[in-house]
Amino acid sequence: MGEKADVWQGTLALMILKTLETLGPVHGYGIARRIEQTSGGVLSLNYGTLYPALLKLEQEGSVASEWGVSENNRRAKFYRLTRAGRRQLAKEARDWEQATAILARFLSPSGQRA
Amino acid sequence: MKRLRAWLARLAGTWPSARRERELADEIESHLQMHVEDNLRAGMSPREARRAALVKLGGVEQTKEACRDQAGLPFVEHALQDARFACRQLARSPGFALVAVAVLALGTGASTAIFAFVDAALFQPLPYREPHRLVSVTESIAGLLPRTALSHLDYVDWKERNRTLESLDVFAGDGHLLSTAAGVAPVSGTRVTAGFFRTLGVSPALGRDFHPGEDAPGGPAVAILSHGTWLRRFGGDPATVGRTAVLSDVPHTIIGVLPPHFEFAPRGRAELWTLVRGTSNCERRRSCHNLEGVGRLKRGVSIAAADLEMKAIAADLERQYPDSNRGQGASVISLTEAVVAEVRPILLLLLGGAILLLVIAIVNVASLLLVRSEGRRLETSVRRALGASRGRLVRQSLTEGLVLVAAAGAAGAAIAAGAMRLLVSLIPADLLARMPFVHRLGLGGHALAFLAAVSVLAAVLLALLPATRSPGSDVRDGLAANARASAGLSWRRFASKLVAAELAVAVVLLVGAGLLGRSLERLLSVPVGFEPDHLATMEVAAPETRYDTPEQCVALVREVVRRVGGVPGVESVAVTSLLPVTFNGNTDWIRFVGRPYDGEHNEVNQREVGAEYFRTLRARLLRGRSFTDAEDATKPLVVVINRTLARRYFPNEDPIGKQMGDTSLSPGSIKEIIGVVDDIREGPLNAEIWPAVYYPFHQDAGSFFRLVARTSQDERSALPAIAAEIRRVDPDLGVIDETTMRDRIADSPVAYLQRSSAWLIGGFAAVALLLALVGLSGLVAYSVSQRSREIGLRMALGAERRGVYRLVLGEAGRLAALGVAAGMAAATAAAASLRRVLFETPPFDAVTLATVAATVGAAALLASYVPARRAASVDPVIALRSE
Repeated sequence: MGEKADVWQGTLALMILKTLETLGPVHGYGIARRIEQTSGGVLSLNYGTLYPALLKLEQEGSVASEWGVSENNRRAKFYRLTRAGRRQLAKEARDWEQATAILARFLSPSGQRA
Repeated sequence: MKRLRAWLARLAGTWPSARRERELADEIESHLQMHVEDNLRAGMSPREARRAALVKLGGVEQTKEACRDQAGLPFVEHALQDARFACRQLARSPGFALVAVAVLALGTGASTAIFAFVDAALFQPLPYREPHRLVSVTESIAGLLPRTALSHLDYVDWKERNRTLESLDVFAGDGHLLSTAAGVAPVSGTRVTAGFFRTLGVSPALGRDFHPGEDAPGGPAVAILSHGTWLRRFGGDPATVGRTAVLSDVPHTIIGVLPPHFEFAPRGRAELWTLVRGTSNCERRRSCHNLEGVGRLKRGVSIAAADLEMKAIAADLERQYPDSNRGQGASVISLTEAVVAEVRPILLLLLGGAILLLVIAIVNVASLLLVRSEGRRLETSVRRALGASRGRLVRQSLTEGLVLVAAAGAAGAAIAAGAMRLLVSLIPADLLARMPFVHRLGLGGHALAFLAAVSVLAAVLLALLPATRSPGSDVRDGLAANARASAGLSWRRFASKLVAAELAVAVVLLVGAGLLGRSLERLLSVPVGFEPDHLATMEVAAPETRYDTPEQCVALVREVVRRVGGVPGVESVAVTSLLPVTFNGNTDWIRFVGRPYDGEHNEVNQREVGAEYFRTLRARLLRGRSFTDAEDATKPLVVVINRTLARRYFPNEDPIGKQMGDTSLSPGSIKEIIGVVDDIREGPLNAEIWPAVYYPFHQDAGSFFRLVARTSQDERSALPAIAAEIRRVDPDLGVIDETTMRDRIADSPVAYLQRSSAWLIGGFAAVALLLALVGLSGLVAYSVSQRSREIGLRMALGAERRGVYRLVLGEAGRLAALGVAAGMAAATAAAASLRRVLFETPPFDAVTLATVAATVGAAALLASYVPARRAASVDPVIALRSE
């Protein structure tokens, strides 16, 4: 494995929200694994940073949490997307796509013409 | 919205919660378990699996800490932590905490209470519509009276001719006998012109205002009640409006009730308001002045412009009516100024005193904190060495100050509220009525803002003073073994400055109190021209309808005097139209027979007094004789003049037998001077003596008079019997204001203001001195403890105890001398501001200054004697071994 990329500031929340939208209610460990898998092992995620980020999203009302039982019969805290969270996800995804599209145009050779 | 929600959630999360901690631990643990299981499945050994999971997580405690920071607001948490730490530190030395809080609370409380007075009196606008446009309008007599009453005919002309005022109305004091179910009650009233309340911008809370023009001669008899009177005398019944009140036997229709908070300082005690109609004997004459004016400036017109215009109108009237208006000018000043001018210098003085006390309290607590920070020098050095940032340590000392100040602020608010109530209860009723702003007094927005401001100031000073030194500028010094000696020296220099400053402030306050005390002493020992002991006084009002003619009044007075003379313990009785030591005024304009007259203003105090008046007062008759009871309107008119009149108008001749009269020497006004009495002080204690004429009461009798009785024993205990006897003469007589002459003089406004400010500043000064001495004593004790080794060494080398005393007391003495000198300089600078308040006392009174210097010096030596003795009794062996 070569150099791993760090998580950019602010994108962790977006990844969490997207993960929750895809997987439905899931615990913190599940989210962490999913993010790592999705990145194809390129992203180096310190699992510990996930929990303050989840707490922040919960304080903002984007996610809600609930204690439940995991697939291995373990007590775990499950997070799910709230309606406000869905709205936030849609908005942030749009913003992000826009930003990357602009950057992509800059970086592509044909972008100079635009 | 989202951000606010998150912020609120974090604020709530700031308070520690055991449940949240447990859930956090559970969540992390379950995360680790799941990771470990996955790792085991991937073929790791159990130990390796756990280690890998921990590494991937980034540490359990670190994760928890990051979550805790996110859960709450770290800044608030640190502040709370500091506060808890400060509370623990203070709780560890409760004596220190208690003293510090008490001292600060005293300073903030006292200054807030005084500020509330200043605010209510001077800062808050008068409670009328656009009060800045209201003016007080009066006449003036050049060189004699800057502001004097207005005559009705002059008022009518002023009102018609002026172009600067939107409206001009007048008022005059009045008294009534109100018929009630329980008999007649004397009530204080005010007569006003119909537009008076509209000019002020006040409307009745109930019923209606006077209609414009309702004050025309022959208009209906109507009255408006003050709110208090409506509640007290009419039970607050709304149906009172429309009812009839009988005032001095004349039925009046009650048309309205004023709002509860209505106030009008010049007539504070007025219970009901009736109309000025210009029909009274006095109001038909241009030369009779009995009114005061209140005007509302037109928008954009200045007070100076109105003053100028009114003076021009007065000058026109002077030309038009030289007989009556010669020398009658005009004066227009703001109504606010007219109301508060009297109390302003004293209130500002008191505020200054209270602020000095506050300063000394802060300095005192600051030096207490210094001592503590000095004691914790090693601790702070250790903490810095272990990595505590200087900022964090400063913040901690700041927090300690804040905790002290917060506690002191709360206690100060309670002290302020109590002090205000106490101060108000100490004001005599008469004076209180003239200070209606007192009803606005309270811990309102302004006072609380002031309290908050001084608290913040105190907190900043408390934090800054020790912080400039405390967190060990040099860590190594603090940790060094012999740190105490070197650190003690620089600390002592700083603390000495604080103590000297405290002493200086105390000196300023003591000088102020001393000057006020001397001024009060001089004021109360001013010769009044009679013997005020054993004099009972009261006012008597008879219903005018039944005591209409002078003959009826004379008969009444003779009967009252005869009957009161029979009350046990009464030696002699007399009546007068006005009691002494009240005011200069109620004047007569006289002219002497057989002398050239160019219309000069011979304005003299005029009093109508009974036959035994001078004997009862024990005033000294210098020449001639006094009146007899037989001298009534059927006898030739006579007059007794006072010494000042005799000296001014008869400097080289005998006034006895000379004649005087009114300005036109009309035949009915000619009186013969039959006696000269030594000056009786008719005006306030601090006013100059005016020329005065005393006419026989029986030759100018009225239905309202004052009674003076000289008693053989305690005059106070005779008051009820005298009042009862008067009521027995005629139950319809109103008897009010029964009090002793001594009380009248002591409670006269000028004496009261002097006494109360002397006491208050004296109290401030005593507390300030005490605080300064405590500070000094503490400093000397600390200094001695720091130098015990040196002292032990000196004694071991043969120094005597006397030498040790000299060493310690010399240091304290130098400090005291420095403080006293600085205080004297400051007091001299500040004393100039006392000039307006002091009575016949120069602001640079050598006796006061010397007394204060001696007192502070002696007290300072006394305060340092105790620690000095401890130093001298040091055992050299123990002292030398101690380090």
